[in-house]
Amino acid sequence: MAKTLTKTIQSRTDNLLEVREFVMHAARRFGFSEEESSKIVLAVDEACTNVIKHAYQNAPDRSIQIDITHDRETFQVSVIDEGKSFNPNSAKMPDLKQHLSTFRRGGLGVYLMRTLMDKVEYNYSPGKRNEVRLIKYLTPSNSAARG
Amino acid sequence: MSEFKVHQRDGEGVSVIDLKGYLDAHTAPDLENAFQKLIDEKKFNIVVNCKDLSYISSAGLGVFMAYIEDVRKNQGDIKLTNMSAKVYNVFDLLGFPILYEIYKDEQEAVGKFAARK
Repeated sequence: MAKTLTKTIQSRTDNLLEVREFVMHAARRFGFSEEESSKIVLAVDEACTNVIKHAYQNAPDRSIQIDITHDRETFQVSVIDEGKSFNPNSAKMPDLKQHLSTFRRGGLGVYLMRTLMDKVEYNYSPGKRNEVRLIKYLTPSNSAARG
Repeated sequence: MSEFKVHQRDGEGVSVIDLKGYLDAHTAPDLENAFQKLIDEKKFNIVVNCKDLSYISSAGLGVFMAYIEDVRKNQGDIKLTNMSAKVYNVFDLLGFPILYEIYKDEQEAVGKFAARK
């Protein structure tokens, strides 16, 4: 896929706001409605929060790279880190109705990522590079130029 | 500019927390502190007014989950009000309306506590 935008941040939660603005701007420019762009923004926030808390275990000075690539209908945000590997696909999907009250913090983010995006892919080489790819397709129903 | 603010108002037997701005992993500890303070003060009837809450991520939702059991164990509750559609959608995606009472306006939620007496 062509057209890459990149941002690199340090692994601190006070940088999440900057990431959200970066992703919101790119998603709106690509053509998503505000509502759909907000979903992508939240999914990326969740991915970065997971990296900060789990891959880097709150170490504040590591780096997180956010790459946005797109072609005509596909918008992909990659969140890349070099910390501890974590495969969200292995996280159990919670049964919301039955187990909401026993949810533990942390599992919510993975669930949200998968619910908000069309596709979530994960690539990792332990200790070297982890990448979460959050993918959303532009369709007539989620574009800003609806109708 | 501060990106998140928590403000507590104490009424008769009910405490209202006003949230403003962005509730994410960075600001969630501020809300934790507010809930912890209420619990320490033995104020268990809590209404959270989300009128000026612009954004919430799972780190913020996790705070509500972390305190609800403690509060209900003490015959209290955390009721949520005045959410924008955007914020409500995130609560809804995670099934929160099953677990929490969510009202359109603050007075309605405060009234529920009064009606229980």
